[in-house]
Amino acid sequence: MINNIVEVKKEYILAEVQKLKDNGYRFITSSCIDMGSEFMIYYHFDKNTEMKHLKIISSKEQEIVSISGIYLAGALAENEMKDLFGIKIKGLVLDYGGKFMITSDVGPAPFAKENES
Amino acid sequence: MSDNRTVIPFGPQHPVLPEPIQLRLVVEDEKIIEVIPSIGYVHRGLEKLIEIKDFHQNIFVVERVCGICSFMHALTYCEAIESLMEVEVPIRAKYLRVIWAELHRIHSHLLWLGLIADSFGFESLFMQIWKIRETIMDLQEMTSGSRVIISTNVIGGVRRDIEKDMLVKITKSLDECQKSMNKVKKVFINDYTVKHRTVGKGVLSGEQAYEFGITGPTARASGINQDIRTTGYAAYGDLDFSSVVETQGDCYARMVVRLKEVFQSFDLIKQAIAKIPDGEISVPVKGNPEGEIVHRVEQPRGEVLYYIKANGTKHLERLRIRTPTFANIPLLLKAIPGSQLADVPVILLSIDPCISCTER
Repeated sequence: MINNIVEVKKEYILAEVQKLKDNGYRFITSSCIDMGSEFMIYYHFDKNTEMKHLKIISSKEQEIVSISGIYLAGALAENEMKDLFGIKIKGLVLDYGGKFMITSDVGPAPFAKENES
Repeated sequence: MSDNRTVIPFGPQHPVLPEPIQLRLVVEDEKIIEVIPSIGYVHRGLEKLIEIKDFHQNIFVVERVCGICSFMHALTYCEAIESLMEVEVPIRAKYLRVIWAELHRIHSHLLWLGLIADSFGFESLFMQIWKIRETIMDLQEMTSGSRVIISTNVIGGVRRDIEKDMLVKITKSLDECQKSMNKVKKVFINDYTVKHRTVGKGVLSGEQAYEFGITGPTARASGINQDIRTTGYAAYGDLDFSSVVETQGDCYARMVVRLKEVFQSFDLIKQAIAKIPDGEISVPVKGNPEGEIVHRVEQPRGEVLYYIKANGTKHLERLRIRTPTFANIPLLLKAIPGSQLADVPVILLSIDPCISCTER
């Protein structure tokens, strides 16, 4: 099982991420899970091989805020989530506009549950 | 854009690129001002495929994320599922996993050393390295039946054993490789042309590397002492080693780290062979996984992270894979601007990019 999970409200994610950065944590990646009517998003961090995970839940209609202003590396993982799941993300410092991982002939959000063929 | 600036597409096909990636280079005369990487040429949607296959079949899917890191992908996946299902893997299987993992690390680093030599036109060095690499490929074929995708991991252990006579042969072959590598190492470390193309190129400081989440030999070349093997997965906890670290943060340092890691891997395999106990190589696994797990392994290019969510059925709900090259791409955004156009191939190759891994 995963240890060190901290579930936060998505409105407070930037503050929590900033705390981790100030405490010397390295950003590893973010993981998106389609729960049906909402997304569960993990942000995984590491310090001296000890991991910490922030978890937010967001409904599919709502936007989440990008952490790329704090961790630049977050931009790539967030662009991937946007492409594959169709998550609405605001504040991306490097925004590929939905063309990071997939081409326009693929169709939107191929990993999202409602788009499963 | 000013009149002096041009956008040059580097890739997706380029003679030094083993896999397709595009860098849009904003260039003023011969100097790079900005770089924008573009991927997606080999995205196969494997994370979605994994939801359709059953969790035993997924080993064959994750092995094919990348041919070079193949064994480590399967190792990470199997260890994650074993952790979730509380499966106790036999000790002999853990040592066998270390032997195969380090053989993979050697063959990956030798492949890269050959490619970097090729990138600055040192063809004879490239061929010498790949000749040494052939011995490692032969060892993989001898022990598993295959040179590249060796498919020896199963959930609960490994599917093949390495008998005593094969272990003796591995030790002798590695001794021969080490002798050959000692000669070639001098060229990489001391040759004027190699240094001219790598020293001071693509510099990334330790602070920048940590901030960008850089991992693996690329991070260790910038002074970050971080190696997931030190967490003790498989049988690494029983072996004596420490991270290989350099501090200059340039292409030369990244090359030296990988060179030294080849010798470290020779030593790790010999230690594993000396300590490997007799016993079973796998245990039966019943039931289906349930819950969430995060597991990491040190691939040749760095830390790979697997997040798995299982719901008690034979199909996983989610498998998320973060590969080391995906983490190292931000280095290009920082290290390439300010450099000369002719240095771009060497800087790009210095992160040892595996685009199949990046895109899955």
